[in-house]
Amino acid sequence: MLYELPFFIVAIMVAIGLYITLFKRNLIKVALGISLMETGVNLFLITLAYRHGDRLSAPVFTSQILGGADPTYSLPTPHALTLTSIVIGVATTALLLSFVMQLYKKFGITTTDEMRRLK
Amino acid sequence: MSAYDTFINNSPALIVAIPLLFAFATPLISKLGGKLRNTWALLGVLVPSLIMFVLAFEVLKEGGMDTRFYLFGADSGNRFPLVGGHILRIAFAVDGMAVFMGVLISVVALSSVIYSMAYVKRYTGLDKYFTLLLLVLAANYGMVLTGDIFNLFVWFEISSISLSALTAFKANRGESFEGAAKYLMYSTVAGLLLLVAIGLLYGQYGHLNIKFLSSAIGGNTSMMMVDKIALGLMVTVFALKAGSVPMHMATPDAYGEAPAPITAMFVTASQAGLYAVFRTGFTLYGSNLTVTGETLHILGYILVVLGILSMFVGVTMALVQKDIKRLMAYHAISQTGYMLLGVGVGLAVLDTAQFAEYGRTAMTGGIFHIFNHALYKGLLFLTAGAIIYRTGTKDLNKMGGLGRDMKLTALFFIIGALAIAGIPPMNGFASKLLIYESVFKFNPIVGAIAMLVSLLTLASFVKVFYSVFMGPRRSEFKGGEVPATMLIGMAILGGVILVFSIFPSLVVTSLVDPAVNALTHIEGETTRSLTLFTGSGSWNTLVFLGAIFVAGIIALFLFMMGNKGTVPKGEGKKPYLFGNPTEIDGRPIVVPASNVYWGFTTALSKYYKPTEKAHSALFNDYMFWFVATAALLISIFAFLEVLT
Amino acid sequence: MKQMSPVVRTITKIAFGPIFIFGAYIILHGHLTPGGGFQGGALIASVLALYLVAFGAEKWKKKLLSTIESAGLISFVSAGFLGLTAGYFFFNFLAGSDIPIFNQTVPSMEGFSHPNWAPLFSSGTVSVMNLSVGLEVVAGITLVIVAMGLFSFADKEVE
Repeated sequence: MLYELPFFIVAIMVAIGLYITLFKRNLIKVALGISLMETGVNLFLITLAYRHGDRLSAPVFTSQILGGADPTYSLPTPHALTLTSIVIGVATTALLLSFVMQLYKKFGITTTDEMRRLK
Repeated sequence: MSAYDTFINNSPALIVAIPLLFAFATPLISKLGGKLRNTWALLGVLVPSLIMFVLAFEVLKEGGMDTRFYLFGADSGNRFPLVGGHILRIAFAVDGMAVFMGVLISVVALSSVIYSMAYVKRYTGLDKYFTLLLLVLAANYGMVLTGDIFNLFVWFEISSISLSALTAFKANRGESFEGAAKYLMYSTVAGLLLLVAIGLLYGQYGHLNIKFLSSAIGGNTSMMMVDKIALGLMVTVFALKAGSVPMHMATPDAYGEAPAPITAMFVTASQAGLYAVFRTGFTLYGSNLTVTGETLHILGYILVVLGILSMFVGVTMALVQKDIKRLMAYHAISQTGYMLLGVGVGLAVLDTAQFAEYGRTAMTGGIFHIFNHALYKGLLFLTAGAIIYRTGTKDLNKMGGLGRDMKLTALFFIIGALAIAGIPPMNGFASKLLIYESVFKFNPIVGAIAMLVSLLTLASFVKVFYSVFMGPRRSEFKGGEVPATMLIGMAILGGVILVFSIFPSLVVTSLVDPAVNALTHIEGETTRSLTLFTGSGSWNTLVFLGAIFVAGIIALFLFMMGNKGTVPKGEGKKPYLFGNPTEIDGRPIVVPASNVYWGFTTALSKYYKPTEKAHSALFNDYMFWFVATAALLISIFAFLEVLT
Repeated sequence: MKQMSPVVRTITKIAFGPIFIFGAYIILHGHLTPGGGFQGGALIASVLALYLVAFGAEKWKKKLLSTIESAGLISFVSAGFLGLTAGYFFFNFLAGSDIPIFNQTVPSMEGFSHPNWAPLFSSGTVSVMNLSVGLEVVAGITLVIVAMGLFSFADKEVE
């Protein structure tokens, strides 16, 4: 049960992130909700990396092999996936915040209610 | 191995890497001048397009069914270096469907970049424009050529971010930021849920390569819950990218605000998203039909329903638009419905007796429609760009009378409008005929809805043609025809449309049939005749044109035999308007574009009022439709067996 | 944008050294310890962001940063293209070849008690790609933050 705890945290984070994008109106809150979802999905990917005693491709040992009874291995591929996802998240968040700043500068828009000019 | 073989073996990597290299070097090159930058961008599109054509020729020579693999950083002789049962490298998998999409992307990108050389000349920051354009091209190529699902996610995200940055290119208009922000937020949330699906599949099976994943999924005794959830998420996310209802609402915002050549690149990105839907259904989950067959049939029915909704909602919302590019964007959504319908019918009857009867024809029609759609939609968006370039406005109510000065643009618009409405002899008719005839056998009502949507498409383009090109010449629109590079860009697409229209069966046998073979792994018969056989009929453009020509000769003959002396004079020269006034205060009266179909929309107000309210432009509503559709699809896949 | 007080400015100048060296350590040891191009680059960019907050957004050399960014990106893709000369795209042509610095390989592991022992330049093109990505990320993230800083303190157009 202890090993499955991060998955519950991921579910809660993604659910809160989706709730924010569905129900909150302030644009900064929506951007933060998307960022929270990104963090949740990154945690999900990293949690997939830790196995024990399984068939693996190129494991990284997290405890000493000599004398360890049931060592936990770590696969390297999800670390690469998470890193890629973090980089994409940085680019997206930067771009999104720039758009929000431009919208405020041009029209004074701060909520999605006011961002309804395109009909 | 000869140099040509080495070149072909390395070509998938070159096709993706050359636009990347050119994109990264563009900011440095553009410091040396504008013309050099334009030439550099053109080279950056031309070189990978040529390599793509050569690769397509090589793959289609063998029939398109076997997949060529390209491994990054190791020997790519159709082998995977395995370590303990796992692949260690990223692989590109090129088969008939991938090169079909690649050729499509090349043609549209070529015309888009040639068009944009004159279109964006008035703007600053052009080095960033061309950099992002080349990045979008690399991302589209990557999406169609890759054989690894995480790589697909990466190219998906690059494409979304670059396209949304380009949507906001016209920074003087504030609304472009709104369109860009909505598209970016929508695509990002979709990408995150796609990553969850990829994580689920990786965590369960330990592979990221599509070929290995599909054999792992097919190796179970029945589909596991993880597979079904992942399928529901992936189909929803890729259908969002393709612009299908009910996840379509960010699409008109983004298409309407982007500069016109970028909207053409948007069309290719949406088609790449549609390609990803088919890859997921046919290749990822299709390797062992005894295990996944039931779910694939359900998926086919879901695609049919999504297709019908897209067709109908797209075209009815297009009839009430005032903005020319938003109108065309709704038509793009509607045509995506045709493709989903065609391939959905094929998927729903896969591996049954009806597949040979009408399923394969439906798939051929759907996939042929992808290429035709990219061509004529790209052309229409480019003509809309030419109109906006000349008039400075996007509002249909304010335009008029452009047909007298912009004759070539009007000609290209007519070609595009006839093609999208499916009027013979254009290529749109050929693919739509394949869809009509096969879908009618599947379910007659669906076939009738498809035809109705074609009629409404034609109606809405008649409205656009009337508002933009006909009517009296207005004094505020000066300048005549658009610059030559824009005309060349439009002519490339127009020329390819005409070639496809006159020889549809050759295109089907050489490009579309290998794609269908690659997706379904069922060899079809290929006949190299000039007639397109649909299974219950046939269509030959040359016979049709010949009949029109003969009819024209007869009409001319009858005209020559008439009374020679009648020449209209005086009052007889003016068109007869039943006594209605033609001028108010010296200005001529024209029916504004919003009122052309007031009868239709008022009669259907019971449908239009709730639908227009649902398109509320509120971002939270967009998210609601996406989450609701994802939840619905996941529940259908996960729980249908329990219920039935 | 107004500058901040002298205390902040001095501490920023002092803090630049250690953070920069730490970031460079993470970039250089990317193939041996956790880290790599992006992580180290983000660290160095964060100390440059500290400079932005302390000193203002006006005097940054944006053209230089843009050139560094393009140079980093081009060297990354070129490392891939140069692999074509030895056979395949992104092939690790430097490891075990004759080029002087980068061709060291990892020695055999018998008798070692530390699992991750390897020389600093031992991974061929991986080190080259780490360095180019690090350079690019520093310049890129700094440009983004400078642009946001310049933009947010310009005159507002809305009352």
